[in-house]
Amino acid sequence: MGEIIVVTSGKGGVGKTTTSASLACGFAKRGKKTAVVDFDIGLRNLDLIMGCERRVVYDFVNVIHGDCSLKQALIKDKRFDNLSVLAASQTKDKDALTQEGVAKVIDEMRNEFDIVICDSPAGIERGAFYAMYFADRAVVVVNPEVSSVRDSDRVLGIMSSKSRRAEQGQTPIKEHLLLTRYSPDRVEKGDMMSIADVEEILGVKVIGVIPEAPEVLSASNSGVPVILDEQADAGQAYVDAVARLLGEDRPMRFTEPKRKGFFQRMFGG
Amino acid sequence: MGLFDLFKSRPKNTAKTAKERLLIIVAQERSAHSAPDYLPLLKRELLEVIRKYVNVDPDAVMVNVQREGDQEVLELSVTLPDKD
Repeated sequence: MGEIIVVTSGKGGVGKTTTSASLACGFAKRGKKTAVVDFDIGLRNLDLIMGCERRVVYDFVNVIHGDCSLKQALIKDKRFDNLSVLAASQTKDKDALTQEGVAKVIDEMRNEFDIVICDSPAGIERGAFYAMYFADRAVVVVNPEVSSVRDSDRVLGIMSSKSRRAEQGQTPIKEHLLLTRYSPDRVEKGDMMSIADVEEILGVKVIGVIPEAPEVLSASNSGVPVILDEQADAGQAYVDAVARLLGEDRPMRFTEPKRKGFFQRMFGG
Repeated sequence: MGLFDLFKSRPKNTAKTAKERLLIIVAQERSAHSAPDYLPLLKRELLEVIRKYVNVDPDAVMVNVQREGDQEVLELSVTLPDKD
């Protein structure tokens, strides 16, 4: 039986899709048979970040409607043969996702894969609800910023009361925070909340800290998830996060300010 | 930070302010959302019943769930209008 991991946040633009794509590649690289599903019905984007946008034939809603089989809709990644992508539909129909339909697809995927990552849309509407409803684990992506932290708390509350695990009285969804756009320099100056601050407010532990870095944009520009950029701090931070999700103990990296040279300190930069 | 930045005055430690504000609002919202879903409807129906007998304001009915140890207490308070 595979594990269902939802990547969610409440607030938009914090890095859910970037994170979903990188975690999916990371798990695949570690030998897990992995699928990543875009739940953002109407606003498909995971395919672009994964770099498979021109190979989308069928999508999630096609599978639900029975227009094709799950197998036909899954797009095999070119880099890892144990990684597949299920694209979101671009329909404007708000009712395209039904509980029975999503349940059917998720159950089939659970049998087929070791890990299924559900990339949630922003907000707390239907797509976001179904992305988390069947989850065993949750990675809540947070920026160290007031609106993102507050929205994360709302999402955590909804997961603990409205998910399938909550409804059926099973052990609750295992929750993790993933801090993105973290800037150790600004934390040191007191301009940005620290890892400990966010953990204290939300009462959930951080499983990874991704530094604010230009490579994240370059990665999405080129359709190569940033975890595959081995030179980048952000890429290595995702590699660490995947290892921790697999139960390994790894110290946090890139969470302290980089020491600058004398000239840089005197003259800025 | 460059040499010239030292002369700029800037607000300090806004992260601390953010944390304090969040701790308050998050606690407040958690207690609001942990209230049972039926509270708003219960309040509306109670108001309708009370209004059959006394003409009260919509704000006059307060319904709250208080947690006292293991027990939950449904607290109901109705402010009657002043007698003329």
